[in-house]
Amino acid sequence: MATTTKMTLAKALNAGLRRAMEDDPKVLLMGEDIGRLGGVFRITDGLQKDFGEDRVIDTPLAESGILGTAVGLALAGYRPVVEIQFDGFVYPAYDQIVSQVAKMHYRSGGRAAMPVVVRIPFGGGIGAVEHHSESPEAQFAHTPGLKVVACSNPVDAYWMIQQAIASPDPVIFLEPKRLYHSAKADIDPEATPPPLWSSQVVRRGSDLTLLCYGPMVSTCLRAAEAAAGEGRSIEVVDLRTLSPLDLGPVTDSVRRTGRAVVAHEAHVNLGMGAEVAARITQECFYSLEAPVLRVGGFDTPYPPARMEEHFLPDLDRVLEAVDRVMEY
Amino acid sequence: MSQHLETGPETLGGDPTDYVQLLTPEGVRVEHPDYSLDPSPELLRCFYRDMTLTRRIDVEATALQRHGELGIWAQLLGQEAAQIGAARALAPQDFVFPTYREHGVAWVRGVDPLKLLGLFRGSDQGSWDPAEHNFGLYTIVIGAQTLHATGYAMGMQRDGVVGTGDPQRDTAVVAHFGDGASSQGDVNEAFVFAASYQAPVVFFCQNNQWAISEPIERQSRIPLYHRAEGFGFPGVRVDGNDVLATYAVMKQALQRAREGGGPTLIEAYTYRMGAHTTTDDPTRYRLDDDVQRWKLKDPIARVEVLLRRNGYADDEFFARVQQEADGLGAHLREGCRALPDPSPLAGFDRVYAEQTEELAAQRDEYAGYLASFEGAN
Repeated sequence: MATTTKMTLAKALNAGLRRAMEDDPKVLLMGEDIGRLGGVFRITDGLQKDFGEDRVIDTPLAESGILGTAVGLALAGYRPVVEIQFDGFVYPAYDQIVSQVAKMHYRSGGRAAMPVVVRIPFGGGIGAVEHHSESPEAQFAHTPGLKVVACSNPVDAYWMIQQAIASPDPVIFLEPKRLYHSAKADIDPEATPPPLWSSQVVRRGSDLTLLCYGPMVSTCLRAAEAAAGEGRSIEVVDLRTLSPLDLGPVTDSVRRTGRAVVAHEAHVNLGMGAEVAARITQECFYSLEAPVLRVGGFDTPYPPARMEEHFLPDLDRVLEAVDRVMEY
Repeated sequence: MSQHLETGPETLGGDPTDYVQLLTPEGVRVEHPDYSLDPSPELLRCFYRDMTLTRRIDVEATALQRHGELGIWAQLLGQEAAQIGAARALAPQDFVFPTYREHGVAWVRGVDPLKLLGLFRGSDQGSWDPAEHNFGLYTIVIGAQTLHATGYAMGMQRDGVVGTGDPQRDTAVVAHFGDGASSQGDVNEAFVFAASYQAPVVFFCQNNQWAISEPIERQSRIPLYHRAEGFGFPGVRVDGNDVLATYAVMKQALQRAREGGGPTLIEAYTYRMGAHTTTDDPTRYRLDDDVQRWKLKDPIARVEVLLRRNGYADDEFFARVQQEADGLGAHLREGCRALPDPSPLAGFDRVYAEQTEELAAQRDEYAGYLASFEGAN
C-alpha cells in the first residue's frame, strides 16, 4: 500500500510524471537534456533509465522541432509531454504552439485531438542570466485552443501534471522554478485531488481577496500572514488554472470581501491581472468597495539578476497594494 | 562583399538536367542505372487519367475563383506529374502530410476534390478525415508540416511498424513542401530530427522555381537536393515533370524508409506554370519566355505520346478520360455552389475536445444575441 511521502515540488513532478507514464504507455517525454541528465532541474531524473530512450526522448536542440514533432506524435496517437528548458526559450516553438498545437482540433472540425503538455519552468528569483526568468503565461492564455495552468506547491504539482497529461486538450503547464527545490509537502498518492480546472481558496479571510498563482502564492500567503499581524484578514485564492479561468471561487470571495488585488510576476500591462480585474468588475460590480489593483513585474524586459528583487513583486509590494485598496 | 552573380539562375541551381529522367518531354523512354522501371500499360493509363483529372480539378477551381465562388485557389498547373508520381508510389498504410497545393495527391488518396474547395471557399478549414485517407489536412504555415511528418514517423517507429519486413505493415511518411519552404527553420529542423532518429520519412520537395515572386536562387545557392548530404541522408533530384521517374524515385525512397533506412530528400524539379494563387500576377516578376519553354516539357503530353506511340491506349480511352473530366468538372461546379456555410455557433464547440464553461457561456450568449433578431423585421 502506498504511503504518504514528503517531497519537494521537483520530486513531486517527477513522481507525477512517473505515475502518468505507468498509467498510459502512450505518454512520452521529450526535451533537451531530459534523458541521461534528467533535465537541467532534474525533473525527469531517472525516468529514461526506467522507461527507455523511446519514451524519454533526448531531442536535438531545437524548440520548434520539439513541438512540431510532438504534433506529429500526437496525430499518431501518442501523448507527448514536452519540457521547455527555460521560459525564455519557448519562443522558437511559439509558432508551432500557437499555429498548430492550438488550432489543430478546430481546423479538423474536432477530428484531431492534441493531447500535448508543454512544461515550462517559469518566473524569476534564481539569479539567472537573460531569458531564464520570464513569465509568458498571458501569451498562451490569449490563444484559443490552449489551456494554461500553473502549480504552486508540491501536492498540486503531483496531481496537476497527471491531470494535464490525461487531458485531451493541449496544456501549457507552468512550473514555479524558484520553488522546485524549496519546501517539501506530504504527497498521498491515494488522495483525491480537486479538478484541474479549479481555483482554490488557500487561506480564508474577510477583508480583501488576494488572487495569485505559481510562485506568487507563497509570497501572497506570507503577505496575508503579515497583514494578520496588523489585524487585516486576507483571503488568498490560488487561481491554478489561467485558461480557462475558474471564476466561481474568485467571485464568491470578492462578493464577501468587496476588495481584490491580483498579483503575478509577469508584466502588468495586458497580463492575467488585467483579465481577472475586468471579469471581477463585470461580475461583482455592486460588491466592490474599491477598484481591483494589480501588482506585477514592470513593463520592462526582465532585468539583470542583481536588480530582479526590484522587478519581482515581493511581500512589501503586495502589502502596499493591499493598503491602497483598503484605504480607498 | 557580396558575390557577383555572373552565372545564370540555372547554373546557380546546378545543371537542371542532372536529374533522374525515364520519359523525355518528347515522350521517349530512357533508362537510368539506379531507377529501372517497367510500367504496365495499365499503370501508364492510370498516370494519364490521374494527371488529366487533377488538371481538370485545377482548371475548374481556378474558374470557380474567378466566378467568386472561391476566395482563393492555389494552382498546381504543371506539377501534375510530381504529385501523381509521388502519390501512386505510396502503400495504403503510408501517411502523407501535404502543403496547400497537393490536389493531385489528395485525388490519389481518395479525397473528394469538393472537400478541397471547401477550404478555399471558406466553408471549413479542411473537412476530410485524415485518418480515413492517410492524408493530413492542408497546412498553410510554410514548412510546419515537415515536422509533423517527422513526428508521425517517430510514432511509426514506436508503433513497431518500421523494418519488420512485412510489406503490409511497414509504414513510411511523406512530407510535402516547396522550394520556398526549404529556407524555413522548421524544414531544416525536420531534417535534423529525421536524421537523428532515422525516422521513416520522405521529404518530397516540389521545386517549382518560384516562391510567389522569389526565384529559387533567392532560396538556395546550391541544388536543393545537395542539402540532404549535409544533414546525413541521401538526396536525389528527379525530373518532376516526368511521372515515371518521380514514381520510380519515390518508390525507392519510400521502401528505404519502410525498411528502417531513414529519410530521403527528393527534389522534384518542375515549374509552376500558373500563378502562386489566383491573387498573384506572375507577369510582374517573370518572363513569358520561361513559361513557354516549360510548356514544351508538359507532364501530361509526354505520357499521351508514349501511350499512343506504343498502342497502349486508343482514341476511345482518351475520349473516356475526357468525359470523366467533364463529369468531374460538373460535380465541382454544382457541388461548390451547394456547399453549406458553416453555422455561426459550430465553431465554439470545436476549439477543445473538452469544452470549457467559459466558451460554452460565450456560445450561449451569442446564440441569444442571434435569437434576439428572430422575428424582428
